[in-house]
Amino acid sequence: MTRMLNLKLRIWRQNGPDSEGAFLDIDADDIPEDASFLEMLDVVNERLISDDIEPVTFDHDCREGICGTCGVMINGQAHGPEKATATCQLHMRKFNDGDEITIEPWQAASFPVLKDLMVDRRALDRIVEAGGYISAPTGTAPDANEIAVPKEVAETSMDAAACIGCAACIAACPNSAGQLFTAAKLAHLNVLPQGQPERWKRTEAMVETMESFFGACTNHGECHEACPKEIPLDFIAMMNRDYVRSKVKNRSLASQ
Amino acid sequence: MTTLDAKIPEGPLAEKWDNHKFSVKLVNPANKRRFDVIVVGTGLAGASAAASLAELGYNVKVFTYHDSPRRAHSIAAQGGINAAKNYRNDGDSIYRLFYDTVKGGDYRSREANVYRLAQVSNDIIDQCAAQGVPFAREYGGLLANRSFGGAQVSRTFYARGQTGQQLLLGAYQALAAQIAVGKVTLYNRSDVLDIVTKDGEATGIVTRDMLTGEVSAHSGHAVVLATGGYGNVYYLSTNAMQCNVSASWRAHRKGALFANPCYTQIHPTCIPAADDFQSKLTLMSESLRNDGRIWVPRNLDEARAADQIPEEERYYYLEEKYPAFGNLVPRDVASRNAKTVVDEGHGIGPRKNGVYLDFAAARARDGVEAVKERYGNLFDMYERITGEDPYSVPMRIYPATHYTMGGLWVDYNLMTTVPGLYALGEANFSDHGANRLGASALMQGLADGYFVLPYTIGDHLAPKLGDSPVPTDDTVFTEAVNAVNDRTRRWMDVKGTHGVEHYHRELGKIVWEHCGMARNEAGLKKALSEIPALRDEFRKNVKVLGSPDGINTMLEKVNRVDDFMELAELKVRDALHRSESCGGHFREESQTPEGEALRDDENFAYVGAWEWNGDNVEPTLHKEHLEFEYVKLTQRSYK
Repeated sequence: MTRMLNLKLRIWRQNGPDSEGAFLDIDADDIPEDASFLEMLDVVNERLISDDIEPVTFDHDCREGICGTCGVMINGQAHGPEKATATCQLHMRKFNDGDEITIEPWQAASFPVLKDLMVDRRALDRIVEAGGYISAPTGTAPDANEIAVPKEVAETSMDAAACIGCAACIAACPNSAGQLFTAAKLAHLNVLPQGQPERWKRTEAMVETMESFFGACTNHGECHEACPKEIPLDFIAMMNRDYVRSKVKNRSLASQ
Repeated sequence: MTTLDAKIPEGPLAEKWDNHKFSVKLVNPANKRRFDVIVVGTGLAGASAAASLAELGYNVKVFTYHDSPRRAHSIAAQGGINAAKNYRNDGDSIYRLFYDTVKGGDYRSREANVYRLAQVSNDIIDQCAAQGVPFAREYGGLLANRSFGGAQVSRTFYARGQTGQQLLLGAYQALAAQIAVGKVTLYNRSDVLDIVTKDGEATGIVTRDMLTGEVSAHSGHAVVLATGGYGNVYYLSTNAMQCNVSASWRAHRKGALFANPCYTQIHPTCIPAADDFQSKLTLMSESLRNDGRIWVPRNLDEARAADQIPEEERYYYLEEKYPAFGNLVPRDVASRNAKTVVDEGHGIGPRKNGVYLDFAAARARDGVEAVKERYGNLFDMYERITGEDPYSVPMRIYPATHYTMGGLWVDYNLMTTVPGLYALGEANFSDHGANRLGASALMQGLADGYFVLPYTIGDHLAPKLGDSPVPTDDTVFTEAVNAVNDRTRRWMDVKGTHGVEHYHRELGKIVWEHCGMARNEAGLKKALSEIPALRDEFRKNVKVLGSPDGINTMLEKVNRVDDFMELAELKVRDALHRSESCGGHFREESQTPEGEALRDDENFAYVGAWEWNGDNVEPTLHKEHLEFEYVKLTQRSYK
C-alpha cells in the first residue's frame, strides 16, 4: 500500500519582480509517496484552484531531469536533499510524514523573480551568445571522420556538455557566481579539436559576460554539490587557466 | 476545393533531390536580407532552421514558449540519430536506410521524401560533428555506432544516453551565434495563439507574451512551424508538460490540411503510472530489451513477489509467440502484446498496470558489472522514480504514447496547403508513414531544418522580392488580435467549477481507451460522441482564475486543452475511417489469423489529409495516393 504523507508547506508567493513577496503556509495532506515533488505541487495547486485561489507558478517541462526548466530551493537546498537529482526527479518518498518543507525560488541578483517560484534566467543565454558555439555554418562541414577526436577527449567534452542549464549552481552559491555553468560550456567546446580556432576569443568573451551578471567564485564548491548532473569542479580550474592564457593569446593573435 | 499536389520532382529516385535543388528559384545573396521569416519553435527542427536561414542572410524572428531556446523536448531523446554513413562497413547505404524507413513506416510514407531524408542524413552527422557535438568515439578517435531498434546494420550515432540533448545544444549554439550578430530576434516565453493569412497566404502570427499578457501581431514573408507533435492529447505521455498542438491546430483552422492524425507511436518500455496524480510518463530506453526478458505471471491475481514465482508459472509471452525476434519485436508489436496480457488480468505491480522486464538472466550470464556498465544510468533513473532497485527486482514497464507520425500535410518543399506556411519536424506528417523507426526522429528534425527548408523556402520567397510584409496594422492582423482577446475574455468569464487539468485528464482517458494501442469501430464511435460532449462541458464549466494581464498558467493551458479537444475528435475520425491496420494504427477488425496488423493496400495506400470546414461541421477528407515504384509492398512478419 502506498504510504501517504501529511506535510506542512511554506511556499514563497510573489506577484511580480517589483512586488513584495510572502510565504504561504499550507497543509498538504494525503500526498502519495510515489508522487514527484512537482506532482505534489500539482496536487496543492488543484486544491488551491478548487478553493478559488490562484495556483502557485513554477517553471517545469520535461519532468525527466534533462530540460533544465525546473528548479526551486527546498529547505534551503537547490533542487532539494537528494544528490544529483533535479527537482522534477525528486520523489516524496524522500520525505517523512509531518515534515515541514520550505519552497523558495532561485535567489540571485541577476535572476529576478517573475512570479512565485519562477525566475528570469536569460543571463545564461547571454553568456552562451557571447561565444558558446563553434562557428560552422550549415553546409560547410567536412566528413565527420576527418576530425578525429580521441575517445578520452570526447568523454571529457561530454562530461561538461551534460550541463542542463538549470542554474542550481548559481542559486546554491553564496556569491551567486556563474563559474560552474560557464566553465562547463567552455570545457565542452574548448577541449575539442573543432573548438580550438575560437578557444581564446570564446573564453575571454564568455568569462567577461559572466562577470557582468554574476558574483565572484570563492571556491565553496556548493555549485557542484547542488548540480543535478554532478559537473566536476575541475572545469572551473580549466576555465581560469584558459582565461589567463586568453589575455595573452588574443593579443598575440591580433598582432599576427 | 483544395487539391493535393505533393510536387514530387521528376526523374529517378536518387536524382530527384538534386534535380529539385537545381530547379527551385533562388534568392540572390544580397537580397536575402530583404525577407523576414518567422520560425515558431526552437527544438531540433526550429533551431536548426532558424540558424541556417539566418546564416544565409534572411531576417529571422524565432518564437518559443520556453524561457530559453535550449529547453524544447527534443532534448529528452535518449537513443541516437541514424545516418547512412556505412562507417561500420556492414552493408549500409542510403538506399538501405531509405528502404528500412519505408518498410518500418508500413508503406504509408512518400518514397521521394524518405529517400531525401536518407540522403541528407550523412550531412547531418558532418554538420553536428563540426559544431562540437560530443558523439561517442572509438579509441582511434573516429565515430562510434550502435545498432538500434532492431536494425540489421549499426548506423546509429549517439552521445551517451543524451543524444537529443547534445544535438539540440548544437542547434541552440548555432542559433545563439546568430542572435548575437542580430540576424535572429528571439522572443522567449511567447505563446503562439493564431496563424494569420491574407488572400490565402501566410503572413504572420499572433502571440501572447507569457510574462505581460500582451497580445501582439508579427508579420513576415513566410511562417515556419516547428512545434512538435500532439502526443499530449492522451494527457499521459512521454512528452514534456507544455508540448501542445495549438500552433498546428490554429494553422489547420486557417486552411492547412492535417494528415494522418490517427498515427501515434506507443513506446513499449515506459514506467507505469504510480497513482492518480501522475502527470507524465517516463520512457526507459528501448535498448533495455536487448538483455531484459519480458514476462507476466501465468496466474491471474498473482499475489507473490516476482522472485517467488517459479519459472513454469511465468509467461514469457513475446518469446513464446515470436520465437525468432522474442523480446526484440518492433515497438507496436511489443506494446500491443503488453496491453493484451494486462487486459487479460496478468498485470503486475500495485495497480496491476505493468509487465516485468527482468534482468536476472542477464545478471547470471554476464555478471552484475556488465549489466551495470550497459544500463547503469537507466537503472539509476528507474530507482529514482519508482524507489525499487532493478538489480534485485524486475523492472515494471508499460507502453505509453511517445511520438506522433501524423501532422500538418506538407509537399516536397515542406510547405502546407497554405502558401508561405511551412511545417518541420514532428509537426509535419511526411517521412515516417504509420510508424517511426528508432533514432529517426532526430534525423528528420535536423534534416528538415538544416538541409531541406533552407533550399526550398527560396522558391516561395524569390517572386516576392520587393514586397513588404503585410503591415501589422492591416485588418487581417487587427482582427486576429481581437479574436485572440475575445477568446481570452470568454475563458475568464466562464467562472466554472473544474480546473483545466480535470478536463485534460478526462480527454486523455477517452482517447487512450478508444484510440490508443488498439482501436475498433464501436469504441471509436463512442469516442466520437463522448469528445464533443466533454468539449461542450469544458467550455461551459472550466475555471480560469487570475488575470489575463500577466503570468497566468491556467490561461495558457486552457487554450491548449481547447485545441486538443478539437484535434482529438479529428484523430478519432481518422482512425474510424481507416479500417485497415498499419504501423502504429491497429484496428482490431483488420488482423491476420495470428493477431498481427493487416494492411489493406488496395483501399488505404494513401495519406488521409483533413480539411477544416468550421466549428461543428464535418471535415473533408482528401487523399494523396502513395505510389511505390522502388519498394515492394509486403506484409511485415516477425515470427
